[in-house]
Amino acid sequence: MLAFNFFGATEGGLFDINATLPLMAIQVVALTYILNSLFFKPVGNVVEKREKFVSNNIIEAKNKLSEVKKLEADLLTQLQSARAEAQRIVSEAENESDKLYKEALELANNEANASKEKARLEIESQTSAARDQLSKQADDLSELIVNRLILEK
Amino acid sequence: MFFNSLLTNFAALEVGQHLYWQIGNIRLHGQVFLTSWILLGALLVFISLGTKKMQNDPKGLQNLLEFLWDYIRDLARTQIGEKVYRDWMPFIGTLFLFVFVSNWGGALIPWRLIKLPSGELGAPTADINTTIALALLVSLSYFYAGLSNKGWRYFEYYVHPTPIMLPFKILEDFTKPLSLSFRLFGNILADELVVGVLVFLVPLILPIPVMFLGLFTSAIQALIFATLAAYYIGEAVEEHH
Repeated sequence: MLAFNFFGATEGGLFDINATLPLMAIQVVALTYILNSLFFKPVGNVVEKREKFVSNNIIEAKNKLSEVKKLEADLLTQLQSARAEAQRIVSEAENESDKLYKEALELANNEANASKEKARLEIESQTSAARDQLSKQADDLSELIVNRLILEK
Repeated sequence: MFFNSLLTNFAALEVGQHLYWQIGNIRLHGQVFLTSWILLGALLVFISLGTKKMQNDPKGLQNLLEFLWDYIRDLARTQIGEKVYRDWMPFIGTLFLFVFVSNWGGALIPWRLIKLPSGELGAPTADINTTIALALLVSLSYFYAGLSNKGWRYFEYYVHPTPIMLPFKILEDFTKPLSLSFRLFGNILADELVVGVLVFLVPLILPIPVMFLGLFTSAIQALIFATLAAYYIGEAVEEHH
């Protein structure tokens, strides 16, 4: 009996195709619509809302991070320019003080030279004066000696 | 004849017997509808419970349903492509869920304990009517997808890449539903028969590994059916350059 029915007999059998087929197709189509409104749409809305939320947050965080990096770079350039400025001021001040030192040194040198020269001139004049006086006194003395020798004779 | 008597003995499995419902002059396989209504009812109850209180921070069943949704979306997206997968996701998902629930329901629930006047309850996908219905729906879907997306240019697919392909592509339109329906039908029926025969011969322990194998094949068949359906739709909407 089974062997008879196996391949599509009029009654029963594994390959007995009848109105079950179209009705099952209609049932599956109806199920598609039911599942779409019960399952795919609501779950999809929730999942996609969350995915959007997460991706928005990620984008926002990335924007903030790039902003932070920009600010950091900004600060770094500011810091560098401030350092350069400080360097410049320091070297300027060093130059200035160097110049002042040199000027002061030169001034002091000049002054010292001048006073040295003055002292030398003074010494020289005093020496010559003393020498003059000495030679005058020697002349006087020699005249006296001569006069006394002449008088004793 | 030995063969006949063997088959008569196996008729305890009631292969190819159906519970007929007569409405007017159309006849239906009642057992297919009974099991499918029970299983789909359970599926709908499960989904209604899971989607009752949807939160942004998922808990319990919602997690499972979201995982399922994500799984189906990935399946549809990889096979159909980014552009139109949204339109076809509910159909692919329904195919997957219907086949999966039918296969597992048929394998897990001891339907044979329920006596029917004729035939027996089992997986709805072990009936050729169900699988042909699903396969024809897939065929209609990919024709519709191709025509609605590309218009008459859809038929370029038949002569792509060369017109030599035309007879093969036309043949494919027949082999696709045939292979889809017979693969599913054959696998599920074979699984039911193997388990049935083993239970009939050795009622203890021995059928258990085969039952696990059956669960595995059932899940794989659901995945294969949904993937192939999505692949055919993707093939129909694909743009050739």
